Amino acid sequence: MKFAVIVFPGSNCDDDLFYAIRDGLHEQVAFVSYTETSLDGFDGVLLPGGFSYGDYLRSGAIASLSPIMNEVRRFADEGKLVFGTCNGFQMLTEMNLLPGALIRNKKIKFICKPVSLKIVNNQTSFTTDYKDQTLIELPIAHGEGSYYCDDKTLVKLKKNKQIVFRYEDNPNGSIDDIAGIVNERGNVLGMMPHPERAIETLLGSTDGLDLFKSMLTTHTEGVR
Amino acid sequence: MYSVKVYVTYKESVLDPQGQAVNEAISRLGFSGVSDVRVGKYFVMNIKATELEINQKVDNICDKLLANPNMERYRYELEELGEQV
Repeated sequence: MKFAVIVFPGSNCDDDLFYAIRDGLHEQVAFVSYTETSLDGFDGVLLPGGFSYGDYLRSGAIASLSPIMNEVRRFADEGKLVFGTCNGFQMLTEMNLLPGALIRNKKIKFICKPVSLKIVNNQTSFTTDYKDQTLIELPIAHGEGSYYCDDKTLVKLKKNKQIVFRYEDNPNGSIDDIAGIVNERGNVLGMMPHPERAIETLLGSTDGLDLFKSMLTTHTEGVR
Repeated sequence: MYSVKVYVTYKESVLDPQGQAVNEAISRLGFSGVSDVRVGKYFVMNIKATELEINQKVDNICDKLLANPNMERYRYELEELGEQV
């Protein structure tokens, strides 16, 4: 499986994603600049964390209008796997590939620490290698990670089982403790925590690796 | 040519922790009776457009970029500048 890590001006977790795929998952991976216009030859797209365009206007807003993003949208529309973490999640909501928005943390502070998450749905293309309802530990590092959506959207998210990860101890004021969601079709995942920073014991947790393994499983066995 | 002033704020239903922090700081300064502080964004720009186009053009710019309709609302003021270059 060949992954693309999209690099924006101000991305700072692009290397972490690259490392997770190359040294954790042992699959192919390449950096793709935000100025590119093609994703030919790739099977999965990874949108990294960081501060694209210095978080100007709104986190992820300007990055979501980059040349490569039309292609990412087409890629997603074809049903291929797209994963965004942190700033990548913010971009996916800004592009309306995922519903809702990420707003400033409830207590304003930037939070950087490991948090406990529950796998709420292990039937997605990104979580098949996890056991359902288990707890995992992943790091978060964000100032604008409070997930917000209107009531109607929340009802829909629950009904369609689009909520994938929930915080055990909500750190940022996210609605319904939401840490990560998929789109209705199930091929686009966005989450604030960083699985790519938890892929080997040296990093303090290996709980993130199964997410990338799940993507590989899905690619090998077909999208769910 | 129009001078356009756009104001973007969080929807009422969205918690504005920044506004709350500013509200607390105002109180700490000794000003009483200040409540419901909301922090927003303010954009100023010049736009070339006809009277017929201008509203649609500004609405489009706001909907597609300046505001995120999932959490924000906007309003704007137009001032006609005449035929300046």
